[in-house]
This record gives sequence, structure tokens and C-alpha cells, in this order.
Amino acid sequence: MNARAPALVAQQLHKRFQRKDESPVQALHGVSFEARYGELTALVGPDGAGKTTLMRLAAALLHVDAGSLSVLGIDIASDPQQVQDRISYMPQRFGLYEDLTVQENLDLYADLHGVSADGRAQRYPALFDMTALGPFRSRLAGQLSGGMKQKLGLACTLVRSPELLLLDEPTVGVDPISRRELWDIVRQLVAEQGLTVVLSTAYLDEAERCSHVILLHQGKVLSQGSPQQVAAMAAGHCFVAVPSAQQSARALQARLLDEPDVVDAVPDGGRVRFVRAAVGKPAVIEHALEGLAVDPVLPRFEDGFMMLLRTAVERERLPPISVTRPVAGHAGHAVVQVQRLLKKFGAFTAVDHISFEVRRGEIFGLLGPNGAGKTTTFRMLCGLLVPTAGQLRVAGADVRSASASARARLGYVAQKFALYGPLSVLENLEFFASAYGLRGERKRARIAWATQQFELGEHLRTTSSQLPGGYKQRLAMAAALLHEPEILFLDEPTSGADPLARRSFWRRITALADQGVTIIVTTHFMQEAEYCDHIAIMDSGQVLSQGSPAEVRQRARTQARPEPSMEDAFIAVVEQARAAQAAA
Amino acid sequence: MKLPHHVHLLAHAKLRRIRALVWKETHQVLRDPSSIAIGVILPLILILLFGYGLSLDVKNVPIAVVVDQPTAEAMELVASLQLSPYFKPRLLRAMPPAQELLLAHAVDGIVRIPADFSRHVGAGDAQVQLIVHGGDANRARIIQGYVQGALGAWSARQAAQGQQAAAVPVSVQTRLWFNEADNSSYFLVPGLVVLVMTLIGGLLTAMVMAREWERGTLEALLVTPVRSDEILLGKTLPYFLLALIGFALCVLSARFLFHVPLRGALWVLLSASMLYVLVALGIGLLISSWVKNQLVASQLTMLVTFMPAFMLSGFLFDLRSTPAAVQVISYALPARYYVALLQTVFLAGDVWSVIVPNTLALAAMAAALALGSRAAMRKTLE
Repeated sequence: MNARAPALVAQQLHKRFQRKDESPVQALHGVSFEARYGELTALVGPDGAGKTTLMRLAAALLHVDAGSLSVLGIDIASDPQQVQDRISYMPQRFGLYEDLTVQENLDLYADLHGVSADGRAQRYPALFDMTALGPFRSRLAGQLSGGMKQKLGLACTLVRSPELLLLDEPTVGVDPISRRELWDIVRQLVAEQGLTVVLSTAYLDEAERCSHVILLHQGKVLSQGSPQQVAAMAAGHCFVAVPSAQQSARALQARLLDEPDVVDAVPDGGRVRFVRAAVGKPAVIEHALEGLAVDPVLPRFEDGFMMLLRTAVERERLPPISVTRPVAGHAGHAVVQVQRLLKKFGAFTAVDHISFEVRRGEIFGLLGPNGAGKTTTFRMLCGLLVPTAGQLRVAGADVRSASASARARLGYVAQKFALYGPLSVLENLEFFASAYGLRGERKRARIAWATQQFELGEHLRTTSSQLPGGYKQRLAMAAALLHEPEILFLDEPTSGADPLARRSFWRRITALADQGVTIIVTTHFMQEAEYCDHIAIMDSGQVLSQGSPAEVRQRARTQARPEPSMEDAFIAVVEQARAAQAAA
Repeated sequence: MKLPHHVHLLAHAKLRRIRALVWKETHQVLRDPSSIAIGVILPLILILLFGYGLSLDVKNVPIAVVVDQPTAEAMELVASLQLSPYFKPRLLRAMPPAQELLLAHAVDGIVRIPADFSRHVGAGDAQVQLIVHGGDANRARIIQGYVQGALGAWSARQAAQGQQAAAVPVSVQTRLWFNEADNSSYFLVPGLVVLVMTLIGGLLTAMVMAREWERGTLEALLVTPVRSDEILLGKTLPYFLLALIGFALCVLSARFLFHVPLRGALWVLLSASMLYVLVALGIGLLISSWVKNQLVASQLTMLVTFMPAFMLSGFLFDLRSTPAAVQVISYALPARYYVALLQTVFLAGDVWSVIVPNTLALAAMAAALALGSRAAMRKTLE
């Protein structure tokens, strides 16, 4: 194997995209790397790093401007079809034919790849076994959950053993359980069949499981090597601090992030994990850490990644977001009360008698796999769906009778980008301000506030659909905050966002909460649950576990796993409930 | 000639891929009501709507008949108007109420039979006054023609009865005798078939390709051994058949609902239509290779195929009476040739001097579009 040339060799790749009315984007700027046979190679980087462009180039779907790219020893410029005959590619949105069944989708790809009847007889059972899609063979692909769709997409690329498998962000928008299952499949194939895989991901824990990692940033390779080598770059820079009894981990994290010496800080199991630019015990930031226990820890891949990224990117110094109008009411006063809330769609129960309470200024996280009922719950809270039964009070009003007045006090950021793509940033802000009934001086003031707080100034005239991902998210939040809502709903706001964008997003969210705005958020990133004051884990329409992140983690403690991470806790809670249901 | 084994294998793999794509598309059509709606329901609705609603015939026109003096001759004339299927006369004895009715557009015209009508009939210089509501000039002209026709019929009857033929001072032969068949559907229905085929052919392919782009299904499909001509064939074949079903429905309703004669050979009609369906599908494919959005694709298809086919194909308006520039443009429209073909095959028969050149023009267009789509359908995202 080692004597073979690498499966993929990129040399000084350049790729530029022409945009309408705007300056062209240099997507790749002299990228060189190799991917070896039988290995898992990961392309990691923030939004706009050029990951998808590289994937599409390797799939011979785009032309190279300059440089060369050979895949399986074939120059993609000379014979794209031969490359496409031999590789398999799973685009970010795998285009399953939603009106075909699971089996029909598989058959289509088997036919296109010329898999014989014998080949199928051998391959299909293994694929159904791996993906656990066997019982759903005759179900239409459009009726599968998000995680199952991804697994079917993967199965379609594996109808025969490709010489190279390209996976473009295969786990975006997939819940932790499906994500783990997808990874099990890929790792098993690499280990047992020597499959060669190149994948791109924004999840740093996924990159950690690959044998070779290429860190991309703005079309350039920042660094490459094994995940251990990347992690080693942060050796001696990583610490864990335990917040004092009066302080939340979130508050300490925010405080640390404001220190110039701190490269990164994240809440982690009730403590704060941080990386500093200088080596050694943090002396310069002692005022932030006074009297707190600080211990050095071993670096993780993520720490090394953040170190590298910070050398390339000027740290975004966020103006601490400020709410101009103080939110009425006392801290600790319940602003959202949900009691035995029920929602049925025909015979299907989407939300099954759930109850919870959210107090003013809290960050409340709803976690759950795809199809757990989170979005349905959200829509009921916002008055977009009428509950079948149960009590629902938002900002003191019964949503069922007073949804219009209650809605004026809510802000809602939908899962998909719900702004007007063809309008410019400013036009969108103006439209939403008017839609919320703002006019005159106040409208101008609020738009100015939003522009400044979300640093949209230089993009005001940009067409919204052409904004980079992170900016779209900021614009969506800015629009939802124009009317100064007391409660902000965010439906999977960080899905698909890169680590940098996620950090600045949470920085803003915690600042808003500190000033009394109540935040209700759904997320797939279990790490992010640590930012919440309270969380509720949902599955099949029911709340399985709720409480503070520490309480939920503690309940999942077992002898085998004395210190479960939030992800471990989540998977344990959901799997226990599913097992109990299967037994009943 | 015996082909080498590997060529057989390659051809076999190719056929298998095409079969898989056709099969996939067929399943999608059968499960997706929107394709069936465009292919089968839309033609039916269009042909019924246009066939019954769009008619150049003028029937049951409300007119006021003012009889100043009900003599035998005058009443006979009234009777002949009453018996005509074209008019619904209201008999009045004075002019002012009739004028009011005309002003209110409750009637489309006034036929006034003056008091001295009978006397003048005897003298041979009888006059009848006709006032027509000129709001719709076209309709006004038709009504005028019909009244003249009714008068002509009356005077012919008078003559036949051996009385002195009345020299009614109007022309008996109307200019509108093209309508003598008393049914414009002869002329309209073949043109309608063209419209329907244009719309469903173009829409079907434009929409389904754009849908693949929108749903991201094409990106995965491109990175397989599938070739671009196979994708095109896979799209064309099922919709070709679907469009032919729509065509069959159109022809059946033309024949049995609107009783349009089919004077030419059925095979000529079918071959010309198959060619035209290919052209329409080709336009759709070409549109959807630039436009990757279903909404824009369907709008564009309407704009470049349906509207010109409606206005400039000779279906509604005689192209010979349009300005020279418009006539030149109309030569670029496939619908023009198909309209000529259908009107000939339906109404006139197998007139080869019309059929051959128009068929050749369609064939050339089909070939050009096939080549064009092949060139436009590249396996890249650029």
C-alpha cells in the first residue's frame, strides 16, 4: 500500500468564483495537500475556508483555475468522467429522490454504478445492517428523519466499494445519536475494508478521529498533520478553572474571553476550559481568576485548532451587546410557563404533555434528536401553531387567546435563513423594523443599533443571499432583536456554523441574557448546552430529563462513566428511554 | 460485423444506466401529482376552457328590433330575424327605448324597420336602418354581417315566393363568409392542440430539471458513471410519453367533443406531433440548463414558448396581416410550423406541399435543440 502514490494530490490549487455585481471571491489560494489510501483525511475550517470547493474539485464538478489536482492518479482536468466512475461523493445536501423509497434510491445508484445482481445480494444486507434502515426499505426517502436521510445518502455512495469516498460535511444538522451512528459506519469501513475517505467537517471532535487533518482558512492551508500534532501546538497553554460558588461557568467564561491573553474559553462540565496565548501558569490574568482553582490540562485537538486560527484571524473583539431598553420584571420571575402541552397532527403526537418553566434572563436549551418535537414546541410558544391541549403562558399572556400581543414581545430566529435573500442587509432590516411597527426616529435608532451591535456596517448594501454564513446568522438575529423582544427564540442557530462563528454567537447570547432577555434555544451541539442555565432533553415528543446542565450530567453517571460529557449524558438518556419504550 | 466484447459490455452498462434513469423518472412522475397535472389534467382543462370559452362565433346576439308600423312585410322580416340562431331580438314599437337599451349595452344593435318599409318594398328601394354597438369592433363587424345575411335570406325567400324581389340596399354576400361553417372550433381546436403541446412539453422538462438542481439531487447524480447524454435521455423519454398522452387526449376531444374533422392521415398527424413534442421538450431542457430554479424556469418557459405560440403562430391572428418584422420573428417559432401542419392535416388533408417543408423545419429544430442541450448539459456545477 505504501508504495502507491497518494489517492489524492493537490498542488497549488487556485479557484476563483465570479459573482454578479461584486468582486470575485478567491475560494482557494494555493492549496497543496495529499490524502493517502486506506486513511481518513479531514478538511477542517471555518465557513468560507474553501472546504466545499475542494470537495467539488475532487469530484471533478468544478474546473481548476491554476495548479493541479490528481485523484486516483488521474488528472481531473484531463479525464473528469473516469474520476467520477471510480469515486463516490456525498454532497452536503445529499440529493435523495424524496419520492422514491429507500430501496428504490439504493437500486438507482446500484444501476448507475453497474452493480450486478450478485453484487447487490452481497452488498445490500451489509448496508441495511450498518444503517439500520432495513425496516424502512419501502418508506419514501422524503419521510425519513434527517439522520436517516444522511445514512441513506451514505448507503447510496457505498452501493459498491469506491476507490475514494468524498463526504462533504456529512453530519451537519444531524443529532448526536445519528452522528455517532454515521461515524461508526465510516470508521468500520476504513478499519475493515481499507476504504479511503476524505471528509470535510466543522465538528472538531470529528476531525480528532481522522488520521490526517488539513486545516483550511480563507482558501489557504493553515496547517496539516495528525490530530495529535495539531493538539500538541497548544501543549502547555491549556487550563481548567473552577468558578466560585456565586459565579456561573458562563460568567467566568465571558470574563476570560475578554482577556487579551486568552485565545479561547468554553464552559466545560461546570468548569471553564481556556487556552492562553502565552505558555505557563496564567499570571497576567490573575485578576479574572483570583482565588479560583486553576489546573493545567492536556491539549485537545480543538485547542490546537483555536491556537492556529487565532494566528491567522484577528480576534473579533465584540462590543459587549447592550440592550437599550431595560427588560421589565424581576429576575427569577417565570416568563414562560408550559404545562402538559400537547400537540397532535392527526394520529401522530408530536408533543406529548410536556411541562417546563423558563425564568427571566435565563438561557433555556431544548435538546433532542431530529424529530423529537423541538420545532413544534417552539412554534407553539411563538403562537405559530395552536396547541391541541395544555397550558401555555408566554410573557404573562395565554398565547392561545392573546397571541398577537404576546408575539410583539417575542423574537424568533427560524432554523432556515428566513430573511429575504434578494434584498440587501439594510433593506431586510428596514422591512423587519416596519413589520414590527417601528417608524421614524425609533426605527432609525434601532437599525443603527443592530448595525453596530452585529457589525453589519460594511455589508449593509450586500445582497443577503450572498452573505457568508456567519453574517447571515447575525443578520437573522439582528432582525429578530429590532423590536427589543423580552424573549428570544432561536431554533438551531448554530447548525452548520463554524467554531469561530459559534463562539461569537454565544458571546452575544450570554450578554443578552445577562441584561434580562430570556433566551430559548435548540441545538445539536451538546457542548453548547453548557452555556444554558437549564436544559430539557426531548425525544418522541416527551421531556426525558431536565434541570441544570450539571444535574442532567450527574443523572447519567455510571460506574463505567463517572464523568459523562453532555453528549454522553444525552445519548444515555435518549437510549434508555427508547429501550424502556421498546420493552413496554 | 462483430463488436469486441468490451464494447458490448460498455453498451450494456450504458443501456442499464439509461433504463435506471427512465425508470426513476417514471416512478417520480407516477408519485408526483404535479407532473400528471401538467401532462394530463392541464391539457384537458385547457382544451375544454379554450374550446368552449374561446370562440369567434357570435350567437344569440341581443338586438332590438324597432317596427314603426307592423305591416305584413315588416313582420315577416322580424320573423326571419327571430328564427335566426344568431339573434335574440326584442321587439319594440319606438326608437327611444331601443336607444336606451343600446346605451346600457343591453342589446348589441338596433334594427329599425321604418314606417314606409312596405311601400318601398313594393317600389323596390326598401331600407332598413342598422345601428351596431361599436365597442368591440370585431363583434360589431360580425353582427353587421349577420344582419345583412338575415336580410339577404329574407329577400331570397321573397323572390322565391314569386314576389318582386326586394332590392334591399345592402350587400347580401357578407364579407364574413369564412364563418359560414358556423363553427370556429374547426379553426381553433388544431391551434389549441399546438398551445397545449407547447406548454406541457416545455414545462415538463424545464420544471423537472430545475427541480433536480433545487433539491440538490443532480450534484450526487453527476458524480457517478452516468454520462450527460444519458441524463438527457432519461429526462426526455418519460416526458415524451406523458406529452403524447396529453396529445392523444387533445386529439380525442378535438374529434369527438368539438367534431373537428381529421381529413389527413393519422400517421402524418402523429409523426408531426412527435417531432413537435421533441422540440418542446428540447426547449424545456435548454431553459433548465441555464435556469436552476423551478419558478423562474416555468415563467421563462411560458414567456418564450406559450406566449409567442399564442400570439405569433397564426393560431389566433392571421400572420399575413401582421407587420413584416413580426412575420420574420414568427419563422423562428416552432409553433408556427406545427400550427400550419395541424390545420392542414385536420381541415384540408394530406397537402404534401405544406406538410413536407413544415415537417423539415421542425426536424431541423429538434436536431438543433438536441445538440444544444447536449452541449449545455455538462457534468459540472459551473
